[in-house]
Amino acid sequence: MNAQDERPILEARGLTRRFGGLVAVDNFSFSVREGAIHGLIGPNGAGKTTTFNVISGFYAPSAGRVFFRGIDISGRKTSALAAMGLVRTFQGSTLFQEFSVLDNVRVGRHLGTRAGFLSRLLGTDRPLEQAAGEEAREALAFFGLEELADEPVSNLPHGHQRMLGMAVALAAEPQVLLLDEPFTGMNPEETRRMMTLVRRIRDRGVTVMLVEHDMQAVMNLCDIITVMNFGALLVEGEPEAVRNDPAVIEAYLGSAAPDGSGHAA
Amino acid sequence: MPAAGTGGLIRRAAWRLRLVLLFAALAALPYLLSYSQQEIAVLLVINVLLVSSYRLLTLTGEWSLGHVVIMGVGAYTSALLAKQAGVPVPLSMLLGGAMAAGTAALLSFPLFRMKGFYFLIGSFAAGEIIRLIWKRFTDPFGGPKGLKRIDPFPDIETGFLSIDFYEPVNYYFLALAVVSVSLFVLYRIERSRIGLTFHAIHWQDRLAESVGVDTFRYRTLAFVIASFFAGIAGGLYAHYVGAVNPTRFSVDQMVYVLVWAIVGGTATFHGPVLGVVVLTVINEIVLRALGLDTARPLIYGLILILAVLYLPNGLESLGPRLRALWQRRRGEPAAAGREPA
Repeated sequence: MNAQDERPILEARGLTRRFGGLVAVDNFSFSVREGAIHGLIGPNGAGKTTTFNVISGFYAPSAGRVFFRGIDISGRKTSALAAMGLVRTFQGSTLFQEFSVLDNVRVGRHLGTRAGFLSRLLGTDRPLEQAAGEEAREALAFFGLEELADEPVSNLPHGHQRMLGMAVALAAEPQVLLLDEPFTGMNPEETRRMMTLVRRIRDRGVTVMLVEHDMQAVMNLCDIITVMNFGALLVEGEPEAVRNDPAVIEAYLGSAAPDGSGHAA
Repeated sequence: MPAAGTGGLIRRAAWRLRLVLLFAALAALPYLLSYSQQEIAVLLVINVLLVSSYRLLTLTGEWSLGHVVIMGVGAYTSALLAKQAGVPVPLSMLLGGAMAAGTAALLSFPLFRMKGFYFLIGSFAAGEIIRLIWKRFTDPFGGPKGLKRIDPFPDIETGFLSIDFYEPVNYYFLALAVVSVSLFVLYRIERSRIGLTFHAIHWQDRLAESVGVDTFRYRTLAFVIASFFAGIAGGLYAHYVGAVNPTRFSVDQMVYVLVWAIVGGTATFHGPVLGVVVLTVINEIVLRALGLDTARPLIYGLILILAVLYLPNGLESLGPRLRALWQRRRGEPAAAGREPA
């Protein structure tokens, strides 16, 4: 793992985020290699979600910088980051619940369908919109949801809604996809399918960074794992190394546990 | 495509037929009304544009309390341009719309830092500031008394055609033409991707932002477009009535717009139009006949409460509901909306 050889696609240096007196993220640094599936884990309250929110532009960092392909993106708007190729998903079923499945993904094609106001008014954007509809159907097909295109989202079971959330994000043609707890609330079968899909997304050339609680899934899926604790970096490395790291075991189970390693992993 | 297109063609033909019938009815309407009712019809047509433009803003999920003041910006601008700068009236109306739109664009910087209830209160405060400016500065706004003797819409005088817009019938047709074109534009906007994006921002602004929608820009766009057409409505009002004053654009008037929108329902394009038409008819015909027209606020309040309790989705939901009821009585499944093939 010669991370120094190549410029990371996504990098945080000394990232800090305070909420009043609380330091949620404390001088945290990491870098994501292009083409990797990179996991970000840590006990509850470690600052993973805050880190995600800072990287994706929902919060500005209190200190430190975030770089995307070497460009400083700290504090830029979420929509501007999406236009650069950095797209995130959300926990749970954050979707346009009142829309059809297809319309959800059509909104995801926002960046690929630029047209002027007059063109929209006169309907000369039709070829563009037809193409967007096709691309949206392709994104649905990728997740095996094409049959459900005209269903209202609220009719979809939870697992399908999670996949639709990824389809919306993928429709925005990201270079880096940030997945916020993609496996939460899924049964083992759904988790297995989702893992396959995440690998296939990576094989399409998309770098993936994910926050997740399902240790089994993270260990099996990720090429590299960053462990956070109390808002700061604890350990970073390949799954095998992280699994056996005493600091990680201690963070998850507390120092008093004499032999809790099997459980932590 | 051709086989599947037949149903669509029939539906489109039926839709066009309905539109033609609607316009025929609207064209015949003033000749069935008394002079004073014709005057009310003119104001009704203007209010249709006011409430329909308001709905465009509500698509993004934001409800403003400043929409009537924005209409006033259009009215004052058009009146002053015509009175003091001698700008011809049709042009001054357009400039009034542009001024209203520009005002909205400026206001969006402070206002769209807020959402929901805070936006509502912020828009109220912004509207009151504008109204106080009209009151405070007698030159050029005329102070509390406002502007009077505003130039009327110029008569059309050609060899064989002579239209005097002082006549309510003629102004009715003028307003109808302007409002029809405006509604068509508003409808096209809503049916385009712009409308889809407005809805998306309403339901999940964070998700929309994450796939590249600049939610601030789109909220501003909705506000600016809505304000432009409110300004046009203001211009139509000013040059018809001939006088504007700050009280005409007070929050009381805004409450009427809210009642129209809520009673009509805002889920469909026609909902608010239905609301303003039905409530105006109730007010001007039923209440006037009963001699209760001074109790308008009381009765509007009652209608609002009844609508929220028994018709929470507005008058627009009445049609589908009745249709379902009708089908159930005829023993058809309520869900099947089409004839058997």
